[in-house]
Amino acid sequence: MTSMIDLEAVCARSENVVAREIEEEILIVPLAAGIGDADDDLYTLNETGQAIWQALDGQRSLKDVAALLAARFNAPGPEIERDVLGFAGELVRRGILVTRP
Amino acid sequence: MSDSTYVVRRKPDRTPVSLDVGPRLKQLDIELTERCNNRCIHCLINRPLSDSSAQADEMTTAQVVHILRQAAGLGCAQVRFTGGEPLIRTDFQDVYLYARRLGLKVSLFTNACFVTPDVARLFARVPPLVPIEITVYGMTRESYEAVTRSRGSHESFRKGLDELLACGAPFVVRWVVLPPNRHEIPEFEAWAKTLPGITAGPAYVLMLDHRSRRDDPEKNRVIDTLRLSPQETLAFLARDETKYRHGMAEFAARFLTPPGDRLFHCGAGHGVCIDAYGRVQPCMGVRDPALTFPLGFPEKTGSDGAQAETPAGPDSENGGLTLAQALDRFRRLKTLAAKHPLYLARCARCFLKGLCEQCPAKSWAEHGNLDTPVDYYCQAAHIQARYLGWLSENESGWDVVDGPERIKKWVHALSTEGNR
Repeated sequence: MTSMIDLEAVCARSENVVAREIEEEILIVPLAAGIGDADDDLYTLNETGQAIWQALDGQRSLKDVAALLAARFNAPGPEIERDVLGFAGELVRRGILVTRP
Repeated sequence: MSDSTYVVRRKPDRTPVSLDVGPRLKQLDIELTERCNNRCIHCLINRPLSDSSAQADEMTTAQVVHILRQAAGLGCAQVRFTGGEPLIRTDFQDVYLYARRLGLKVSLFTNACFVTPDVARLFARVPPLVPIEITVYGMTRESYEAVTRSRGSHESFRKGLDELLACGAPFVVRWVVLPPNRHEIPEFEAWAKTLPGITAGPAYVLMLDHRSRRDDPEKNRVIDTLRLSPQETLAFLARDETKYRHGMAEFAARFLTPPGDRLFHCGAGHGVCIDAYGRVQPCMGVRDPALTFPLGFPEKTGSDGAQAETPAGPDSENGGLTLAQALDRFRRLKTLAAKHPLYLARCARCFLKGLCEQCPAKSWAEHGNLDTPVDYYCQAAHIQARYLGWLSENESGWDVVDGPERIKKWVHALSTEGNR
């Protein structure tokens, strides 16, 4: 299940998580209770997730993030948009990302 | 660039981690204080709550924070706060929050007596990500305080526990098996089952160690009188016969082979322990001055632990070590060999070494060196091996050359029996 989110949305990292880069891996550590499915879960991102995570700056819309990544990876725009939407939906649902008005 | 799952849930504590891969610093232990509100009859470290000299020498908040920052920079995932009683520090909440904001999981060993409503709410709001470990000394005021020798401690413990329960903060309990409370173990087990989050049964502290600072021979003599005999140890371990045998089968297949003369078989060299006064050790038990080094702290450490500018650079702060330097020194421990003739004649050749709790820390506490065998642990291992049929009455673990084969046969027989 993904949250209702569209490409115009602007997403930022929640203040309730801490992201750490360890051994070239991004580890997301919940800070406050209620993040994710269980209080002791930690999260890592796959390669796609890492690229999207690093491009999210809380300012760009998801559409702009997708365009940035499409240019960087020389990949088809619709495919990247699908990834960015999937990623953002999943992380918003878990409380790791928040949407900005 | 497409993948189907972007986020992977991980529970690192429940996944075996190879010591040879992953972050440089695997584990950080910080003893925030040696002082404690209790005066437990068996304690291997405690100093009085009111010991102003000890308190004056303890690390400052900024120094603890400086260590946490270094640890996070070395990829450390978890810090364990222990003591003494760590919650007696007035800055505990600040230190805890700082660690969590660095993305560290926090493991905490406490007696719960100083869990105030504020502290409990903090644990609920910002979970430690590892259940808090609460040591329980008795089910009644009489038994509890016969161990802690601190009037009112039972009531404080119960209140602290109630605060955690009310907030839904995660914790587990463990019991120190001692003469004043041995008769209450069934009651403790039944009670522990009623607590949320205790799924695998409570833990027990069964073997009592001598004072790790070797500072109180009289207390060590008392500890000797509190220890279970080998027969009592076995009776406790095997009180659920089936569970014990199956647990041993799983354990034995993995850990029981003669170790040779290498002294350190544990995680030493992959983590660091910091004592209350800012000295770094390979483990909390090994307080041998030859393996204990002062950490360096910038002279002017900001309240947030930020390093002040130091012309000599971070590797030579005030002549002390950085965590990275300490880790480099401790990695060499893996090659340290025992020299004590008894160790070489017995422990190095003993296939029960993995079952025996003897280690350099125990030798240090008991004998003041790293490699003198400690009979107390040796006897506890041998009585189990004889009970399980791995040794005859007159054999010792270092006498037999076919120990691992005997265990293989025993494990096979047990699994065959279980399949019938």
